[in-house]
Amino acid sequence: MLPLSVRTDLEIARRGYLRYAAYPAATAAGAFTNIIFGLMRASVLLALFAERERIGAYDAAATITYVWVTQGLLNVVALWGWQELALRVRSGDIATDLIRPIHPIRAGLATDYGRALYQLIFRGIPPVAVGALAFGAVLPADPLVWLAFFASLALAVAVSFGFRLLYNLAAFWTTDTRGTMILALVVMSVFSGFTIPIQFFPPWLAAIANATPFPAMVQTPVDIFVGATRGPSVLVALAGQLAWAAGLLVVSYWLFAVGTRRLVVQGG
Amino acid sequence: MAEARDLLALYRRLIAARLRAQLQYRTSFALEITGTLLISFIDFVAILVIFANVQQLAQWTLPEVALLYAISGLAFAFTDLAIGHLDEFPRLIRDGNFDLLLVRPRATLFQLLSADFQVRRLGKAVGALAVLAYALANLRIDWDIGRVAMLLLVVPVGVVIFASIWVTTICIAFWSVEAREASNAFTYGGQFLSQFPINVYDQWLRRFLAYIFPIAFVAYFPALYILGKPDPIGLPEWLRFVSPLVAVAAAFVASAVWRVGVRHYQSAGG
Repeated sequence: MLPLSVRTDLEIARRGYLRYAAYPAATAAGAFTNIIFGLMRASVLLALFAERERIGAYDAAATITYVWVTQGLLNVVALWGWQELALRVRSGDIATDLIRPIHPIRAGLATDYGRALYQLIFRGIPPVAVGALAFGAVLPADPLVWLAFFASLALAVAVSFGFRLLYNLAAFWTTDTRGTMILALVVMSVFSGFTIPIQFFPPWLAAIANATPFPAMVQTPVDIFVGATRGPSVLVALAGQLAWAAGLLVVSYWLFAVGTRRLVVQGG
Repeated sequence: MAEARDLLALYRRLIAARLRAQLQYRTSFALEITGTLLISFIDFVAILVIFANVQQLAQWTLPEVALLYAISGLAFAFTDLAIGHLDEFPRLIRDGNFDLLLVRPRATLFQLLSADFQVRRLGKAVGALAVLAYALANLRIDWDIGRVAMLLLVVPVGVVIFASIWVTTICIAFWSVEAREASNAFTYGGQFLSQFPINVYDQWLRRFLAYIFPIAFVAYFPALYILGKPDPIGLPEWLRFVSPLVAVAAAFVASAVWRVGVRHYQSAGG
């Protein structure tokens, strides 16, 4: 029997999953958009390989695979933003969260894992399947690679959640969270390796990107999937992700504590 | 004529009200306009990174692709500025609030388009203008009257094409509740497509772009003319001049589809 706290986490995650499962038509339309963009991005990046054999560890096949996997991951790691916590702080609903017996960040992370699982199944699989069946994306043959990929993906969700918390927690100090979020999304989209693989960056830009937590959200799992990271360096990559996830979550807990101390909720 | 003047005056009053509202929160406004400016640069960063690896992409150089990017970016920015709020239209259908528009004494599409005007989206245009300046400074263009006229025309023509695609695809809302995402695939997707030379795409996708969703007429064909560049896929030269006609045709299709949609609307009751 699992301890009660873990069972609670699992139940919260299940609810997070169900919340998204309530809108199947929206999911289908979203997956369609992901696939259309996958097609276009693959065409553009493929044109690169008419001029060159390979860039870093990426050849044409790896790059196509990269495109379809990133299209699938986009929603799993919520690359396009999330401001639920910020809105709860602004509306004062956070007060309700604070009297619950579970820390809001822990409950938030559990909910997010439920959300991520739903997105993985219904937004993640369709683009990768279409890419593999019709456009030459290559699926790993080694079950160990799949295992490493899913481990890396689970950590990527935690890193992404930790970072999303940071720009949401800004709501304790400023009422304008939208602007902050947009700026965060721009940085995230480029430096995570979502827009274009980090291996394609000029060395100085790649060095900047790799010093941030962003590659741990997208590039790291994708590199494992396409085989650009392999062997023992997979373990190093996973350890790096774990470190970023832990670091961001610790900072978030601390910021949350500081923020709640200065929080004033009007109520009645 | 009097009717058109009346609509224009009304449009101006409605938009002026929106502008006053948006300028109430100066800091938010400044942050958001900076944000949209930066977002518009994401795709250009990708283009720069691509050209850090290769000299040419499908026989196009960096300044040439920058010209495509700038034309498409400017046209899309102004479209988004004026009618980007169409994305919220499906909610109007879902709530049944479209009824309100039907009982008012102006055309429904006019009321919808004049409902909002998001100035912060000008940030996108600023980014595209900067890229245009870069492209023009680095290209050797044999300027003559025709080319100058094309450069001036290409943005308004692109706006009409993008706007027509937007109106046409958002009409999905009359039939399905999840129209927004599907429509986005064509609007934002269309913008993405038009940033790159269409010869990077597969033949079937190219045909789709040129003849069904006429994205190729936004930037690709006009840019070939401005650059005096032979078409890498050898399409006929007259295609470079027909963008304005394509825009007019697209607008007709959009308004026809809209009318069919309105006739299909059944309200949510209540």
